[in-house]
Amino acid sequence: MLEGLLIGLQTALSIQNLLMVIGGCLIGTFIGMLPGLGPMSIIAIMIPVAISMGDPSAALILLAGVYYGAIFGGSTSSILLNAPGVAGTVASSFDGYPMAKQGEAGKALTIAAIASFAGGSIGALLLMVFAPALSSVALLFHSAEYFALMVVGLSAIAAFAGTGQVAKALMMTLLGLIMATVGEGALFNMPRFTMGIMDLQSGFGFITLAMAMFALPEALFLVLKPKTTQESQDGEIKNLRITGAEAKSIAPVIGRQSLQGFFIGVLPGAGATIASFLGYAVERNLATKEEQEEFGKGSIKGLAAPETANNAACTGSFVPLLTLGIPGSGTTAILLGALIALNVTPGPRLMLDEPQIFWAVIMSMFIGNLVLLILNLPLIPYIAKVLSIPRNYLIPFILFFTLMGAYIGQNNATELLLLVGFGVAATALRFADYPLAPLLIGFILGGMLEDNFSRSMQLYDGIGFIWERPMTLGLLVIAALLVFLPSFRARRARLRAEGIADGD
Amino acid sequence: MALDRWIALILVGVCLAYGYAAWFTMDGALAPFMKRNPIWPSTFPKVLSVLGLLTSLVILSGMEKSEPKEADIDYRRLGEYKLGQALLLLALMVAYAICLRPLGFIFSTAAFLILGSFILGERKWALMIPIALFATLVVWYLVQQVLGIYLRPLPGFVGG
Repeated sequence: MLEGLLIGLQTALSIQNLLMVIGGCLIGTFIGMLPGLGPMSIIAIMIPVAISMGDPSAALILLAGVYYGAIFGGSTSSILLNAPGVAGTVASSFDGYPMAKQGEAGKALTIAAIASFAGGSIGALLLMVFAPALSSVALLFHSAEYFALMVVGLSAIAAFAGTGQVAKALMMTLLGLIMATVGEGALFNMPRFTMGIMDLQSGFGFITLAMAMFALPEALFLVLKPKTTQESQDGEIKNLRITGAEAKSIAPVIGRQSLQGFFIGVLPGAGATIASFLGYAVERNLATKEEQEEFGKGSIKGLAAPETANNAACTGSFVPLLTLGIPGSGTTAILLGALIALNVTPGPRLMLDEPQIFWAVIMSMFIGNLVLLILNLPLIPYIAKVLSIPRNYLIPFILFFTLMGAYIGQNNATELLLLVGFGVAATALRFADYPLAPLLIGFILGGMLEDNFSRSMQLYDGIGFIWERPMTLGLLVIAALLVFLPSFRARRARLRAEGIADGD
Repeated sequence: MALDRWIALILVGVCLAYGYAAWFTMDGALAPFMKRNPIWPSTFPKVLSVLGLLTSLVILSGMEKSEPKEADIDYRRLGEYKLGQALLLLALMVAYAICLRPLGFIFSTAAFLILGSFILGERKWALMIPIALFATLVVWYLVQQVLGIYLRPLPGFVGG
């Protein structure tokens, strides 16, 4: 592990990669602050840039930097404007915005930055411990277990989607898998479902799909319903210092929420958003009576909790990505797509075959968090000026960047028409409350899922691998439970509420 | 019937069409020796089509109750939002896709940015045009020179 650490440090501390972290964090903060643009859109827009660099460690470091920057930028706009750019920072606005209204915007930003820093760094430490352990277990897996594990991951994403959403999330996952079968598969050189259209021969472009699922609907929402920005606190961001007593009171919150956030982030499907809301709720319950009164009115604990939790969860979501090659969230799914485009396959072999990538990413997490704390925080009053860009200029540029991202990935104008078409479809799906992240995760895992399935079918000459390998069977049973348990429990709760189900 | 169930109905159609292709049309083109394989190109799609059909039917039948949530945008009141602007911007994006190759990157992009802000209600031409041109040239330089991806800058008939 020590050797790995040193390799990682060596890679991450090269001038080029340091610039990547700093640049990524700045770009992420900058764009993440714009209301309506979440980390997924930003990363999707940055992918063509990252891929054309050609160096996988540098690309992943850049994208990870953009990711943290975006989360941090999102909390800034939550605090200053009560307009969260990211779902994961909604909970930060509960107490952050009241603080800003009381003229303590500077303090709120500092607490947010410190909490994010601590959450991210503790998360990275935990990642260093858990990822190697998990990946040594994962090395024992066959393609049959991989297939089953991916099914578990996909079902968990559906299962954690929330009440009344399980079927919709499952449907979106299946739709993603269906879309992944379009084009030529790896194991059969035969075009499938292309309807004779040449441009579909290589399948749908993953960047196109990512843009269409996230960036385009968000931009269209901005057009449809202009967000009424609250009275802006121009030039009121001063006094970034916090007192020792305040630091003392948030320290235990940060400690608890780093751990909790990290483990929530590891679970597939439960990402930064759930972690931040849960963190807020838990800390409110743990606080003393007087402090509970403060929550929602500008409590520093209420700000520190979701900020720590969402950053720790972001780091946690790298565990399944780096060790199993299975993304648990939309953002890590996009990162996985970028890695595959760079000819790196994340998974248990990553740590053995390309340790410099694995460790460099972990090291860059520490550096990225440090950059956010010491470089971005003092710059925030200036970066916040971006919030005053008129939307008449902003929206055409967002649309242009989505188009550009889809075009330079494939160099094909048909991609642009697909982008618009999928974008409209994705907007309709969002109107109807269908979650879109499962679709993208399904799409990205689709190829791998089918490959592993086919390989096991070939090895066992049929479907026999399911019952001949106990671990596969066990995992598939877990997957089935994950899907059916929530609806079963919801049904029982409903029946019990109607007074029908008793006896248990 | 709410929008989510209409969409479920469309998805049922999608799954049926997909399933039809997977179950009935794909295997015909399979070479005889590949038929001895335990797995065919159509195996996985067959599984997916069945699962997709079942799931979309579950949504369609409304078996799973969800509590009404307060959405960002209520599609039932779509007319009250700036729908015209959104549709015009989408049309502009399609036009951009069609014009990008024949008219060259610089003209198409500058026109896209200017018309985009025009649709959104901007009328300060003196500001719009320089910003659009400057941004276009910067992006072209970055993509062409820094990333090394070829973008035809000028219309085809000028020889770009």
